[in-house]
Amino acid sequence: MTNFEINSVAQVVQPGAVEERRMAAVRRKRWFYMALLVLALVAPLAVYPVFLMKLLCFALFACAFNLLLGYAGLLSFGHAAFLASGGYVTGFLLTQYSGLSTELGILAGTLASALLGLVFGLLAIRRQGIYFAMITLALAQLVFFIYVQAPFTGGENGLHGVPRGYLLGLFDLNNNMTMYYFVLALFVFGFAVIQRTIHSPYGQVLKAIRENEPRAISLGYNVAAHKLLAFVISAALTGLAGSTKTVVFQLASLTDAHWHMSGEVILMTLLGGVGTVVGPLVGATVVVTLQSYLSNGPLGEWVHVILGVIFVICVLLFRVGIVGWVLKLARRNF
Amino acid sequence: MSSSANVVLETRGLSKEFRGFTAVDSVNLRVQEGHIHALIGPNGAGKTTVFNLLTKFLAPTRGEILYLGKPITRLQPNEIARLGLVRSFQISAVFGHMTVLENVRVALQRKLSNSLHFWKSERSLDGLNEQALQMLDDVGLLDYAHTLTIELPYGRKRALELATTLALEPKVLLLDEPTQGMGHEDVNMVIELVRKAAVGRTVLMVEHNLGVVSELCDRITVLARGAVLAEGDYASVSADAQVREAYLGSEAASHEEAHA
Repeated sequence: MTNFEINSVAQVVQPGAVEERRMAAVRRKRWFYMALLVLALVAPLAVYPVFLMKLLCFALFACAFNLLLGYAGLLSFGHAAFLASGGYVTGFLLTQYSGLSTELGILAGTLASALLGLVFGLLAIRRQGIYFAMITLALAQLVFFIYVQAPFTGGENGLHGVPRGYLLGLFDLNNNMTMYYFVLALFVFGFAVIQRTIHSPYGQVLKAIRENEPRAISLGYNVAAHKLLAFVISAALTGLAGSTKTVVFQLASLTDAHWHMSGEVILMTLLGGVGTVVGPLVGATVVVTLQSYLSNGPLGEWVHVILGVIFVICVLLFRVGIVGWVLKLARRNF
Repeated sequence: MSSSANVVLETRGLSKEFRGFTAVDSVNLRVQEGHIHALIGPNGAGKTTVFNLLTKFLAPTRGEILYLGKPITRLQPNEIARLGLVRSFQISAVFGHMTVLENVRVALQRKLSNSLHFWKSERSLDGLNEQALQMLDDVGLLDYAHTLTIELPYGRKRALELATTLALEPKVLLLDEPTQGMGHEDVNMVIELVRKAAVGRTVLMVEHNLGVVSELCDRITVLARGAVLAEGDYASVSADAQVREAYLGSEAASHEEAHA
């Protein structure tokens, strides 16, 4: 052989050490998630459960969005449509058919969003970058105006008094604590789906596509199909978040369909740290907390200005988001 | 000319126009089985455009492309990869934030047809690791298997790219300037790698470095201004007066100026 020893600059890593380090990382991660879960289980003892449920719904929304932006490299500006569709379908069904159990209503909302995601995806997926974002925005606006006009959404008034009903026909969800643990279970399910997707054979190919799309094509992968799947999974989980939110607040309204909502989820994801697993959780927590506490205080509408300033500072100073920044700091110091 | 029976890749009247500018002008190319075939020419001769047409990354304005006698003119780029025509890229195309092992494994993964299985564990890919390590050993990258690819030096990224390409077991290798931007030592490494990879395969390469071409290639097609100027082995092509003029023209002219 020729001159293989010439440029051995890159570090040689021993396979045994790799396996060990990987296991250690997995163990650390497991502890971290367990701690989070315990925290979530006891949280309603200290914090108002309805607020926590709102937080979980938005966290799931942001996580679903992050799957698309952080792991497939697709910036959707139309995710409000999926949040709202899940909410409206669930709200409508639960209001109209009193015999329907709550979990089926939520399932229907999730499926409706997945279907809508498939339609959006088929239309937008072949475009790149800003064109992709613009098409998703246009389609979401179309959906918004349909919801303004359609009779089953209640138009400007929205759907009020959606019954929370009974889980599996047994557990009374009108009890906030019961409702909270149901929402937590749904969130954990959604989060687990995202985790598995990222660490699956599909996740590997998705990563390859994000890293170098032409190369992934030249390896024979149908890039459009892979992106479409990410889009549909993301839309479905966004629908799940919207459906759950509707049940929690017993309300489905146009706010969820408005493009502000699409912008808000981008804000949450970028603020927390795009492409990190817990980033969207942190981002959603920060944004929802600020919104709730600041808008009740003397600041009122100024909350939007404050959020805007935080966002600008975040983009200027730490582009990798809060979690990305913490990870970077940790890597440098340990 | 030999019989058409063992022509693997052929173009007939292949043309590409960009807003009235003809980048490729009815090129007829015949690549024979088992050959290392080079596509050379001065800057702007249309080499890369021909390459992108062959790999379907561009659609031709006119003409036909045949692979093993069957037209592939209308196929998508990922579809021809599945037929066994696999390309490399000018800028070394690797997946930077995946490990060296994962780079090769993602190529091996394709034949498992599990690339849309989002519900399975990553561990289901571990069965490919042994084969991937073998392929890395072949290009001298075994020690780097668990290194993040972005940390590799340039020459080794090219070696990794080749290993990834070979993992697909291609029948035809299409290499786009494999030695571009490389130092002397790395060029020799790539020559060895291509020579090894070409055993039992057909290779079509676009190449700037005439030293590489003379050392590796069985047959050479010279392009100038989008059209075929000459074809033959290195000796006959390099003796061709037209080729010397087109290829060395600018250089010869600048020499004359310098001497004047």
